[in-house]
Formats: sequence, C-alpha cells, structure tokens
Amino acid sequence: MAAINPSGSAMVADPSAGRDVALAVSPANHVRRGLTAIVLLLALHMAWLIVANEAFQWHVVFNWLFDPSVMQGLMVTLGLTVVAMVLGTVIGLVLAICRLSGSRIASGFAGLYIWFFRGTPMLVQLIFWYNLATLFPEIAITIPFGPRLIGWDTNALITPLTAAIVGLALNEAAYMAEIIRAGLISVDPGQNEAAQAFGMTRQRALRRIIIPQAMRSIIPPTGNQLISMIKGTSLVSVIAMNDLLYSVQAIYNRTFEIIPLLMVAVVWYLFVTSILNVGQSYIEAYYARGDRRGEVRPATVPDPEPA
Amino acid sequence: MTASEKTSPDPVLVRARDVHKAYGDHEVLKGIDMDVRVGETVVILGPSGSGKSTFLRCINHLEAMQKGSILVGEEQVGYVWRNGTLYRATPSQIARQRRGIGMVFQQFNLYPHMTVLQNIVEAPVGVYGEKRSEAEAYAHMLLKRVGLSEKANAYPRQLSGGQQQRVAIARALAIRPRLMLFDEPTSALDPELVGEVLATMRDLAQSGLTMIVVTHEISFAREAADRVIFMDGGRIVEEGPPGRVLVNPSHPRTRAFLNRVI
Repeated sequence: MAAINPSGSAMVADPSAGRDVALAVSPANHVRRGLTAIVLLLALHMAWLIVANEAFQWHVVFNWLFDPSVMQGLMVTLGLTVVAMVLGTVIGLVLAICRLSGSRIASGFAGLYIWFFRGTPMLVQLIFWYNLATLFPEIAITIPFGPRLIGWDTNALITPLTAAIVGLALNEAAYMAEIIRAGLISVDPGQNEAAQAFGMTRQRALRRIIIPQAMRSIIPPTGNQLISMIKGTSLVSVIAMNDLLYSVQAIYNRTFEIIPLLMVAVVWYLFVTSILNVGQSYIEAYYARGDRRGEVRPATVPDPEPA
Repeated sequence: MTASEKTSPDPVLVRARDVHKAYGDHEVLKGIDMDVRVGETVVILGPSGSGKSTFLRCINHLEAMQKGSILVGEEQVGYVWRNGTLYRATPSQIARQRRGIGMVFQQFNLYPHMTVLQNIVEAPVGVYGEKRSEAEAYAHMLLKRVGLSEKANAYPRQLSGGQQQRVAIARALAIRPRLMLFDEPTSALDPELVGEVLATMRDLAQSGLTMIVVTHEISFAREAADRVIFMDGGRIVEEGPPGRVLVNPSHPRTRAFLNRVI
C-alpha cells in the first residue's frame, strides 16, 4: 500500500506553484462567535435562575439528599433496574433467536410476545401482574390438561417486589428482543458461513462470532433502554414498591416540601444515568476493537510482499 | 459404518454423482459428475451463473443439493447412512463432518473482532480441542508460510485485501484439511494484490494438498492445475489437463469463454 510520508511535506518555496496549505488558518466567523456568546449567556442566566430561586429550597434538597430512606429507595431502584434488565436481556436474546429461527412456531411465538408486550402500557402490565391472584388464585405446574404436580398460592408469590420484577423484565424483554434481532441481522452473513464451514455449531457461532460483532449495534440502543428502565422503575411506586420516587413521595406527603424532594430524586436519577453514559462509552470502545483502522496501523514502511 | 464397501485404497477423495440443485424454478446444477483424486488441484472455470460456486458450496454442505450425491472420503457431508436409511445429518453431525475440509471465501470472511492469530486458532482450539499453545505455534508457522509472520497481532481491517486473503488461507490450513475449497479467492481483490494470493495457492498445490479452486484466473489454471473443468449452464462442458482445455478447447462454449477472458 502506498502511504504518503507524513514528514515529507516540504515547504513550497516557489509562490508561483501555490502556497503550502499547512500554513492556512480559518477565517474569523463573527456570526458564529456572536451566537455562541448569546447561547452561553442564556444558559448561564437559566442556571442562575434555578440556583438562586428560593422556591427550589436547595438547603432542603441537601438535607434530604443522603437521608437513609432516600438511599434505600435509590438502592431499590438500582436493584430493580439491574435484575429486570438482566432478565429482560436474557429473555430478549432467546426471543430474538426464536424470531430469527427457521421454525415457524418459534418465530410466531416470539412475534406474538413482542406484539403483546410492546403494544400495552407498562403501567397496565404492572397493575395486571400485581393483581394476578384475581385471575389465577393458584399458580401450579401441571401436565397440560392433566394432573397437577405442585402449586403455590398466587397471593403469597406475587409481592410488590415480584410483581415489579416480572412486569419490568417481561416488558423489557420485548424491546430487547427487537434490539438484539436487529444486531444479529446486521452481521455479514458471510461470518455465519465461515463459522459453519469451520465446523462450529450454531450455538458456538452465535457466541464466538455473531454476538460479539452484533454487540456494536446492540450496545447504543441498550444503553437507551437501561436509562429508560431506571426512570421506568418509578412506575412501580403505583404498586407500593418503595423505590426512589416512592421514598421521596413518602417524605413530601409528610413535610409538603414537594419541589425540593422531587429535586432530590432528579439529582439521583441524573447522577446514575451520567455514570451509565460513561460506562457505555467504555463498552462501545471495547466492542469497536478491530475497527480502529487508522489508530493502530503504524505509519511505517509497507511490509515487503512476497512476489 | 459408512456407505463405502470398498476395501482397496481409493485414490479418489471427492466423488460427485448427478448433482442437481435449483432455487425455486431456476436450475443451477443440472447433473454434475466429478472425481477429484488425492493430491490433485482441480480448477473449475466458467462464466458467472454457471453454477461453479454453488457446486463448490455443495461439497461441504453450505448449500443443500436436491438430487445426487457427493462423497468426501467416506462421508457424505450433510447426510448419515445408517441401517439402510439415508438420514439428514443433525447440525452437530454436519459440524463434525466438515472437519478436514478447509474453505477460502471470496470475501475472506475473517472474524473482524479477532486478531489474525485468534482467527487462525479459533477452530482448532474451540472446535477441534487442540491445545492453545500447540495451535498457536502451528498458526505462527502457517503465517510464516503465507509470508505474514509480523501480522499475528493485527486486526483484519488493518491488512490489505491480499494479506487478509492469505490469513484466510492460513486459517483454513490450521484445521489440517485434507481438502481445500477456494471460492473465487481473488475476485474481491484489487488487481495488484491478486498475485500474492495466487503465489500462496501455487505453493499449496505443489505441496500435494487436494484443492478445488473456483476462479476466473486463467493464469493460475494454466500454471497450477492438474485438471481444468469448464462449467456452463449448470453442466460440465469440458474437462482435461490445462494444456489441452486452455490451449485447444474442443467445445465452442469454452472457446468463447477463453476468448473473452484472455
């Protein structure tokens, strides 16, 4: 490969041959500078309006920010998010593989699942799971249309916690299934052929070849999902699950300091999502390895090719 | 027990009989018969759409054929003969049957998320259970053989097309194949990079590896092939030693093709 030697950009001595572009500078763009100044000023003023506004009662916010009940609510929110996301991703992966499989029954089932869980409001699903006992007073393992092997009382099984986990995870699975499916079909089909030709089973090909490449397009929308999940867990407050939002609500119902306590929740939600953003960029960089065409290639002499 | 009842050593490695394949109404292969002997280099030539790539991909069952049979050694890849019945093989049986058949693709199909070395040892270690240290030592030897010793830790995208294809050849050799399939290995390359890949393939042919090569490179056929097979319209039109088929073709289709290509 012919590479241009970067150190060889000799000065053009003769002006009649044109001038060396290495000396070029950008012209001053006054419109752009003016706009930037205006926007900065507006943003600064906005920040000042918020910080200096007595109504926000920042001292109250700081009073409650690390309150034990708030911290516990934060932990519930984080725990719910992690468990629901992990379960949702695993179920989503299975659904995506079913959807892409040659089996009509498997892909039909996955399609139906996705259709139902994406098509109904999250809030309704949560309330539905919470009230499952009214539909099925007992949950049992039975042989279809045959004898019952073992059963549990639904009311004992479905607590606010299990209802929240089941509701969030099953709903998340529908979205993750589509994200993972899109990732899997974005991988060049030649990769699957190569894996097959080298004696890999479908499972191994997925694990070693296809999924690692699909991750590049799966990660960004998954980060999106994770962030909406963190905020989505606030819905579980309707089934009396004491998450972050529920815990600040419990406080302002007593103290009536509604805005400052909502600000407590806002600060924590923003803090967690910011950390996730940083984490996401690291994960993206990891899965982009092998794609850093310019970075790694050293600017050395092209290697000697055998004739 | 396999299908072969012969006890005498058979120099034929690949035996294709009456291979038919159609996509819907479109017949791609209309009855291919072909024998490839151990150590032989067979080059399949033919215009685009003549079915040559499809036939190659039937040999290791990347494509399923609809009629006829292809034996590779004792195995009919994709099928299992048991108690008088021919069963379609399960995916894991097919994976096992493909052992010993190396393949090189037109688009290289290297694994872009793995380094060159990881690409080469993936199948030997992960599929065939070789020890990593041994597989890596062998991989380094193969890289030397294809002239890319210093590229072991590079990622495919940092290599030129010709280098990638030579890595792909090393990857196929790493499973210690007794049969190598080349599916238009130089068609995706810039003209100035074709030579290095063909040189590597010529070396392989001389080393006594059994090779079936689908290509448009007449020069490679002339220099390295033991036998040239010319396909057109899903049939074998002509076959024989390169000295005769390429220099003095008997079939008008072959003549027309050679006139256009050379």
